This record gives sequence, C-alpha cells and structure tokens, in this order.
Amino acid sequence: MSLLEVKDLQVRVEDREILHGLSLTVNPGQVHAIMGPNGSGKSTLSHVIAGKPGYEVTGGQILFRGEDLLEMDPNERAAKGVFLAFQYPVEIPGVTTWNFLHAALNAQRKARGEEEISSPAFLKKVREVAKSLNIPQDMLKRGVNVGFSGGEKKRNEILQMALFEPAVCILDEMDSGLDIDALRIAADGVNALRSPERAMVVITHYQRLLNYIVPDFVHVMSKGRVVKSGGKELALELEESGYAQFEDAA
Amino acid sequence: MPAVQETVERVRRIDVDQYRYGFETLIESDKAPKGLSEDTVRFISAKKDEPAWMLEWRLEAFRRWLTMTEPTWARVNYPKIDYQDLYYYAAPKPKKSLSSIDEIDPEILKTYEKLGIPLREVAILEGVEPPAGGEQTPSRQIAVDAVFDSVSVATTFKAELKKAGVIFMPISEAIREHPELVQKYLGSVVPTSDNYFATLNSAVFSDGSFVYVPPGVRCPMELSTYFRINERNTGQFERTLIIADKGSYVSYLEGCTAPQRDENQLHAAVVELVALDDAEIKYSTVQNWYPGNSEGKGGIYNFVTKRGDCRGKNSKISWTQVETGSAITWKYPSCILRGDNSSGEFYSIAISNGFQQVDSGTKMIHLGKNTSSRIISKGIAAGKSQNTYRGLVSAHRKATGARNYTACDSLLIGDKCGAHTVPYVEAKNSSATFEHEATTSKISEDVLFYCIQRGLSQEEAVGLVVNGFVKDVLQQLPMEFAVEAQKLISISLEGSVG
Repeated sequence: MSLLEVKDLQVRVEDREILHGLSLTVNPGQVHAIMGPNGSGKSTLSHVIAGKPGYEVTGGQILFRGEDLLEMDPNERAAKGVFLAFQYPVEIPGVTTWNFLHAALNAQRKARGEEEISSPAFLKKVREVAKSLNIPQDMLKRGVNVGFSGGEKKRNEILQMALFEPAVCILDEMDSGLDIDALRIAADGVNALRSPERAMVVITHYQRLLNYIVPDFVHVMSKGRVVKSGGKELALELEESGYAQFEDAA
Repeated sequence: MPAVQETVERVRRIDVDQYRYGFETLIESDKAPKGLSEDTVRFISAKKDEPAWMLEWRLEAFRRWLTMTEPTWARVNYPKIDYQDLYYYAAPKPKKSLSSIDEIDPEILKTYEKLGIPLREVAILEGVEPPAGGEQTPSRQIAVDAVFDSVSVATTFKAELKKAGVIFMPISEAIREHPELVQKYLGSVVPTSDNYFATLNSAVFSDGSFVYVPPGVRCPMELSTYFRINERNTGQFERTLIIADKGSYVSYLEGCTAPQRDENQLHAAVVELVALDDAEIKYSTVQNWYPGNSEGKGGIYNFVTKRGDCRGKNSKISWTQVETGSAITWKYPSCILRGDNSSGEFYSIAISNGFQQVDSGTKMIHLGKNTSSRIISKGIAAGKSQNTYRGLVSAHRKATGARNYTACDSLLIGDKCGAHTVPYVEAKNSSATFEHEATTSKISEDVLFYCIQRGLSQEEAVGLVVNGFVKDVLQQLPMEFAVEAQKLISISLEGSVG
C-alpha cells in the first residue's frame, strides 16, 4: 500500500475542468517534485489533497494509506498526517504563534485519541524544535505571521512541519517571494526534516529550488495532467529547454 | 460547495437557541399589579420600606417620565413597548426575613449554582467546600451581590469588606442605612431627567448594588453583581451606585443572564460611578442576557444608561464590557472628565449573532484640563445581526490639552450582517488632540482554511481568530473573568460559520 495515491483525479472549479485525470504515487522516504508552467494545475492539486473548499472532484480518487482522503474533513486529514506548506501563509493578528501551534497540535492529538499536551510541556517542545531549526524564540511570541518577512513566513511553515511531524508534506511554491539566502535557509530546514518515514511533494515553477531540495522523482505537469516523469535530471533538462516542448504533449 | 456558500447556508440555519442560561426557576413570587402609575411607584417604595425623600424623588421622576417620549435615534427596530403591560416589581417570596444565606430559597441558590456563581462563601471560608480552582488566596476572593428579578437575594463577604471600611450592599439597604451617602450621590451623575429609560428607572428601580470605598482604601477584593431576570413579563430596573472616595480603588464586575422566553423583556438599568480626587474605578460587564431564538423571537431589550463622573483631579474611570446577549442593546457607558488630569477608558467587545441588534459605544466628555481618554471598540457581527458603534468625544472650551485616542474595529462573519460606525467628535478648543481609527474586515476563508489545515475544526478556527481580534480588550478584564469571557465569545459564535 502506498502512502499517497492519486488516481485519475479530475477536478473542476466552477464550470472549468482544471485537472483531467492526474495520477501520482508517493511512498515513504521519497521526495517528488512537481513542475509545470503557470496554470498547469499544480496548486489545484495541492489544495485538493489538503481539502480546500471551492474545488469539485468529478472523478478519480485520492488514497492515503489506503483510506479515502476525499471523504475526510481537512482537519481530519491534518490529524492523519497531511501537511500543506502554503505558498502565501496568512496573518492572524492577536493570536501568538505559540498559542496557535499549541491549539493546532492539541486539536490533532485529540483527533487521534492522544492526550493533550500541557502548556509547559508544549513550550519546552516548541522551543527545542525552533532551536534545532535555528528559528529565533521571539518569533513564537509574535502574532501568527504578522509583520513577518517572506523568509520568516516560510520558516514558520517549516517550524510547524517539524512540530506536527506529518507523514506527507506538500510544499506549494515554497520559493516564491524568497531571495537566494532566504531560499537556502528554508531549504536547509526542509532537508533536515527528510526521513525514511516521511514523504515530500515539492511543487515549484523553477528548477532553482531543486538545487537545494534534491528530489528523487520529477513530474512535469501541463494542462492538468502529468506529461512526463523522471529522475532529478529531468528538472535540469527543463531548465534548458523550457516547458514549451510539453505543451503539445498535453 | 464553495466555502462562501457553506457559510451562508450555515448562518441561515443558525441556532441561537444554544443559550446555556435559558432555564427558568419555579418559585413563588410577590409581584406588584401589572402596569405603571403613581401607585406602582408608591407600592415599590413601600415594599422597600423607603424614607419619604426617596419616594418623593421617585414620584418626581415618574411625573417627568410622563412628559417624555421614547428615543428613536438608535439604529435598532422593535415593536412599540406597552409600558402598562409589564410588571414593575417581582420578588421571590421569602418564607421569613432573610438574615443569612441559608435562609434563601434553595431553588434560587440552585439557580445561581447553575450559573456558576459562588454564593456560598461561608462554606468556602470554613473550608467545607473547596473553592473553584483550588488554591484561592483571600486577595483573589470575589464578593458577590446577587439580584434576582427585582431584589437582591444575597451579598457575600460583607464582614470581610466591613473590616476594610468598604460598604457593599443592596441599594435598597443603603437607602435605609446610609441615607446621607445615597442622597448626596444618587442622581448626581445620571439625573432623573436624563433620558427616557433612565427617568423610568429612577421612578421604578427596585434594587441594585451600592458601593462606597472610603478615602485611601484599596478595595481588598473584586466586587461583583449578578443579575438574573426570572419572572415572566417583568421589567428589571436595577440601579447601581459606586463611589470611590479620595485616593481609593475599586474593581467591580457585573454579569447578567435570563431565561429563554418568547416575549421580549425589558431591562432598563442605571449605573452611576463617582471617582473623587486620585480615585480609580474599574467597571467590567459580561452581559449575556437571552438574545432571542433563531427566528428573532423573544430576548431582552437592554436599554441601559451607564455613566461615570471623574469628579476629582487625577481620577480615573475605566469601563470594560463584553456584550454577547440581548435581542437589542442600547447602551453607552460614558465618562465625564471633570477633574483636571482625569482619564477615562472604554474597552468594548460587542458580539451580535442571529437577529440581535446592538447600538453601543461611549461618550467621553472632556471638561477639565489635561484630561485624556481612550476608546477601544471591537464589534463582531454574524448571522443577520446589526452591530453599530456610536460614540461621542467632546472637549469643552476650557478643557485645554484634552487628548483622545479611538480605535473602532469591526469584524463581519458571513454576508447577511452589518457593522456600522458612527463617531461624533466635537472640539471647542484648539489644544485638543483627538485621534480616530476605524477598520472593518471579514474573516477570510483563507485564514479559516489555514487554521483548519493545521488541525483545528471550523468552530475552533473562528473562536481563535475572533479571540485574537478582541485580545486588546480581553486583557483589560480581571483575570478570573477573562477566561470566562473567552469561552462565552466562542459559545455565542457557535454555528456562525459553516
């Protein structure tokens, strides 16, 4: 049984079909990169896996450890171990980062039938995790993403990924809005979280990110389908020749 | 279904019937005949065994009221109230006169127990019952005055307070026991002629709390009053008077609940605060009157006049309110900044859901020199409710150096509700500095989805976002009540989002 299995997925937004039968199989320990031009459906795929409202699945399946993911509420999926690192993390004024993380972690634990973690124990844990990722402690006291730079917002996503210990992480355009230094720091964080149990799906427009997060598999999307899959060298090939060659294939 | 649609659907099915305090207590009560006349006023005064001056004061107010008309300027709609169709006095029938808590009808005690109000301080003091939360130190104790329909049924910690020289008792008792204080201050902040509802209150008020803190005394505990309307067709008209003498400090909290009933009930209270030189009064309200059902039927009309007078120099009055209940709220806790260097504050969270209508805000009247005021208002509208902030900041010609900062933020949940901000600013001298900021926002679906992707349920997510929105105000509440208020906010927004 695969960790995550997307089978012939068809998705509509309002009256327009965005994904026309997309398939993808992800196993523990693997890092998959999904590349493609704007409008190819990359972000739609990540949103549908996470359960964002506004998308209508008209065909196909998504299985997570053999269970039907599409039947679950988004918070249930989170508790099962599906994590989406957002392209544009939102700001939540008045809610401190550590309060937010504590509430979220406890909600996930409760959903799994585990005991809630107390404030002191949580504080200790989150501090350790932040330290291991070189994230300054004062970020925890600030409002969630309020006044954060682009780099800080992405690091906050990585902090959450480390804290929730998900089985599959979907990184949606993690490189957008980051300069080269911030990108390197964020990628280091992601690499630190690679493990034989955890899978990652890295969605990106540019090959640049994949210099830092080296994938096991690369899939090229065009017009709502995967048109080519290969190893990491496929990304380099794309860098040279661009996406145009796949437009016709789609 | 797109989330916007889901939200709308859910709001349509909104269930305000989740009101947790809607039970009724079956006890016998002693009522004045229905309707309002001089006889009603005399009946109430006689019931309270009042001195002649008090009756005269009431009658004067009543005669004045007959010449007045109900105000219509607020952004609220309700059918005309028939003032002759109400009971103006209802008291639980005591078996004999009450001298200790044990003589209170056990049914009433049970009611307060259900409400989570610790009336049995005797037992706590004697260690029979452990206080809630475990290690409560005496300084964290809370003295409670409980008003059931028209009368005060129990005031706790009287003896403790007496040691500090603080007077905390039902106002009906204070009229008899401390006439000199009551006569001096009653009506000195909200005169009997003030407005339609305040004048009505002056004529028929039945009970409420009285507090006097002597010079230089820091009141050793939080004072608290719980108001409960139980009887059918009864108006509740309580009157609260708090005097902080020179250099004293007091923190006071009131809480309100009522049973669920199909008819609307009228609540027209008056609260007067007087702060003399260097004194400080902190007044907090958690108002959770029954808001009406999902069709907008029933609920309390909360028409209240609250005003504080910073009469002495360097005095300070701070209002904090968490308003989640009532079908209609019409209240503007205000400060008259008379003393030089005095300051007033107004921190408000007003939440409306279902068919609730809120028209609330404050008035800061700067009269003395170098006076300052601060207004932080957070309005949250959900369901089909209407939520209006209405405020006045004014500086008198002689109020040189007056300063005000106002921030009004509104948050909308769903697309069938409304938030309105109506600020009035009048500066009659050129040295006044008034700042006003206002924002209106909607809880965005992106924010909710972000929270939900992290494992929170829809309702937990709304609760979290709203609590973040109101954080500045929650921080002003006494610690014991901040937690309670936070829960109340989540409960009153349940079902507001799909």
